[in-house]
Amino acid sequence: MALALGGYFSSASNVFTGSLVNVQAWFSARFVALQDFFTSPRDLASLRQRNAELEGEIAELQAQVIQLQQEVGETEILAALVDFSRARSENSYKAAAVIGRDPSPFLHYVIINVGSNDGILRGMPVVTNQGLIGRVDAVIADAARVELITDPASSVNVRLQNAETEASLVGSVTGDVTLELIPQDINVQPGDLVLTSGLGGGYPPDLIIGQVVNVRSRDFDLFQQATVQPVVDFNRLEIVLVIVNFKPVDIAPLLPAP
Amino acid sequence: MRNLVAVPVILLSVILQSAVISRVYLLSGIGDLPLVMLAAWSLQEEVDSAWHWATATGLLVGFISGLPLVVPITGYLAIVLLARIFQRRVWQAPLLAMFSITFLGTILVSVLSLGVLRFVGVPLPISDVLGLLTLPSVLLNMLLAIPVYAVMRDLARWVYPTPEVE
Repeated sequence: MALALGGYFSSASNVFTGSLVNVQAWFSARFVALQDFFTSPRDLASLRQRNAELEGEIAELQAQVIQLQQEVGETEILAALVDFSRARSENSYKAAAVIGRDPSPFLHYVIINVGSNDGILRGMPVVTNQGLIGRVDAVIADAARVELITDPASSVNVRLQNAETEASLVGSVTGDVTLELIPQDINVQPGDLVLTSGLGGGYPPDLIIGQVVNVRSRDFDLFQQATVQPVVDFNRLEIVLVIVNFKPVDIAPLLPAP
Repeated sequence: MRNLVAVPVILLSVILQSAVISRVYLLSGIGDLPLVMLAAWSLQEEVDSAWHWATATGLLVGFISGLPLVVPITGYLAIVLLARIFQRRVWQAPLLAMFSITFLGTILVSVLSLGVLRFVGVPLPISDVLGLLTLPSVLLNMLLAIPVYAVMRDLARWVYPTPEVE
């Protein structure tokens, strides 16, 4: 005992315990291998079941992620619209979702999910946080049809911010918008900002429409023309704002008969 | 009772047209599901209500669209007329008839829309309309023609079951 306590048997003890551990490890490994062998079919079945459950959960979570991403996108749009309406507090807005487009390729109209029940009237301007998109053309109780500024029949009186001149913005069947009736003596440059002028009473003034992309000026023409890049992507309209406190003025009776 | 099936089918086709098909552009052209649906329905031999379907579809499309009402109604009735003519002449090759009606019908409706819109004062350049709008629309309608024909044929067989001959 005294020798053992003195550490004289430590080497022999190490050899013994080491061998014991090795033997136990060998037995343990074989046992575990045998246990795996006999129990694996049951585990495989349970693993498969668990795998199916987890795959189901993953699919569910992926669906949730997609839904949440969509909600985040909508929230971002709504937040931008709220910022826009706060910045222009002189106007009252009614938010609406775009639920369809005109069935005819000749016309550029969208259908929104608010109508006369929500106080929408024909002629009210429609905007997004980026700028003007058009005006209400027809209204029923719960929906309205909006004529976009890209429609071939659309004409908006505008002003060029830098050139301080007025012109007319017209749509086309291809969806491009063009500035017409720009006087020849006005210097129009690409990049000039195009805003509504408010003339004619169809739209409120100072709504952003887009930027001049290029100018066509020929000596023998009475007026210059310019192509405009709208700030709004008309192919991706989701939520819009109707300016409900704007009353369009009908100047048709004041115009001379042709 | 058979005519009642028109209500959901026409409503569904016009809703799909406005909500989905109208957002799928090829250049400036889009497909016309109600037109293709009417063409396929009118080609079914046993169908006797195609004129009513065309009128109802034209009224509904005219209600939703900014086009003058005369365009969809006249256009869709003309589609049925074309289908009836083709049905008697190329009855052995219904798919050929379907493609022919889709092709001619799309051009007809396009020309009709162009004429009426220009008449009411909308400035539409003919070359742009033909190149960027009518021809792409013809192609998209051709793509719609086969699946829509198959669906409408099955619907016609369900609505007008053929009596078994013993």
